[in-house]
Amino acid sequence: MSQRILLESRDLVKRFGGITATDHVNFKLPEGARHALIGPNGAGKTTFVNLLSGVLTPTSGEILLDGVNVTKWSARRRAHAGMARTFQINQLFADLTPIETLMLTIAERENAGASWWRPVGSRSDFVDEAVALLAQLGISDIAHARVGELAYGKQRLLEIAVALAQKPKVLLLDEPAAGVPEHEREQILDVVAALPKEVALILIEHDMHLVFRFAKSISVLVNGGLFCEGSPEEIANDPRVRQVYLGEEEVHV
Amino acid sequence: MSMITSPSPEAVQARAVLLGRSNWGAAEIAFWILAVACYWIFPTKLSLLSEIAILGLVALSVDLVLGYAGIVTLGQGAFFGIGAYAAGLAAKHGMGTSLWSDPLIGLFIGGGVAAFIGFATSFLVLRGSDMTRLMVTLGVALIVDEVVNQMKWLTGGSDGLQGVLPSAVLGIWDFDLFGRVAYVYSLVVLFVLFVIARALVKSPFGLSLQAIKGNQLRTRAIGMPVNARLIAVYTVAAFYAGVAGALAAQTTQFASPDYVAFHRSADAMLMLVFGGAGHLYGGLLGSVIFRTMQDVLGNITPQYWQFWLGVTLVALVLFVRGGILGLLDNLLSAWRRKGGAS
Repeated sequence: MSQRILLESRDLVKRFGGITATDHVNFKLPEGARHALIGPNGAGKTTFVNLLSGVLTPTSGEILLDGVNVTKWSARRRAHAGMARTFQINQLFADLTPIETLMLTIAERENAGASWWRPVGSRSDFVDEAVALLAQLGISDIAHARVGELAYGKQRLLEIAVALAQKPKVLLLDEPAAGVPEHEREQILDVVAALPKEVALILIEHDMHLVFRFAKSISVLVNGGLFCEGSPEEIANDPRVRQVYLGEEEVHV
Repeated sequence: MSMITSPSPEAVQARAVLLGRSNWGAAEIAFWILAVACYWIFPTKLSLLSEIAILGLVALSVDLVLGYAGIVTLGQGAFFGIGAYAAGLAAKHGMGTSLWSDPLIGLFIGGGVAAFIGFATSFLVLRGSDMTRLMVTLGVALIVDEVVNQMKWLTGGSDGLQGVLPSAVLGIWDFDLFGRVAYVYSLVVLFVLFVIARALVKSPFGLSLQAIKGNQLRTRAIGMPVNARLIAVYTVAAFYAGVAGALAAQTTQFASPDYVAFHRSADAMLMLVFGGAGHLYGGLLGSVIFRTMQDVLGNITPQYWQFWLGVTLVALVLFVRGGILGLLDNLLSAWRRKGGAS
């Protein structure tokens, strides 16, 4: 029996001038996936995620979200259809608080974001959900602090909380642990490991520790193209992968 | 009480914090009481006071666009002028008797025409950097200025629009020479529009504007229709500026090209920066200080009042972030720290 495919790319190509950043990528993400996308610097990982989430438009090829062709859809429309992402560099609202950020995201999801008369907080179901999300990620203590003043690790967790508040079918995590100091790293790894099972996950990561702890399948991206796919064991033991990528650093599985 | 869905203490607290932001603070109430009291404190300055209320309304409209949504604009003066001419023409051709001369209907005519032009030009400010928005809004204002000057048959050209005769407010209070009705009328309109703006910025819609100002990449990623929100707030702000223009035409019984001139836009932005953007009260405080300084300094040094205004502005921008409100906030927190230490 074939699994339901939640996200698919067909012959996806993105060129910037003479550079091919994404080179005919065919990719399938089944439901419940825990998939890691790895590759050396400049392999085109973030470009690929930007194409999937609608920040960039592909030169050619198609993107299907839960069977629907969303290639021409804006990021906003894809978000409503169940696609959420985090960013490699935090993209948060520095002047708002975490609870406001989540209230905003939930309101948009429920098409209540244009409500202009009743104050934020009058929808107690939204407040309960936002509070529960903060607790789930272990950041209840900073609910009412200004986001711009939070520690970097807390901001990374809020990035994930915002994506979860969208109740996505597919979640793209772009280097969730990037730039997080060692002592805050463990909390992020725990959160990623505990993400809801029904969400199909793509993780882009440099940190092999996190990749091998979390992923059930891995794709290796080299020069914009898919180099190979397989289970973590297969990838770790593939001599070609070692040569192009893993050779750069020691791997501990 | 339901056993299953009783909210957690954190949720109760979060609700209280979020809802608490829309409570009226003591300083706010004091501000409006003072504004009312000015009617008796400065009985000879009522025309100046209504002018301040009207300028405050324009600055409030700039605050909605710039302070909340982050759209840099030098065009709000155009909507002020459009509102002034629209309401002025209605009052003039109503001859002080028909419904066209009714001041309240005039407000809706002024605000409505300005909002229509605002909606039509809002599409120009959706894209581009701060600089392009500045240029586009300035360009629209210059076009309106020129159109008003050229359409002599309608606007009276450089002579201005004469014979603007609004009927009595609510059919009861006629505009008097001392500006008593003008001030009460302007203040009430300002207050009503302020209360609406206040609800607006504290709603999910207002929060989404601040989010757009903060990070458009993220607002799109969470599925927010960014353009629709910006069009909405730009149109609402144009309505506000248009109502301010209508008030000006009605209370001065006159409209001139000066009402659409570039300095109107620049002054409004200056007042807002003076008072502090993004708090609603910044524009109101800014207009009080701006117009008072103009009046006081103008009496002392008629030629050089703008010099001192400039010096104050430079000092404020260089040394205090967030204008007068920022300064008050700094002083207040310093005082609290001191109080907490002793």
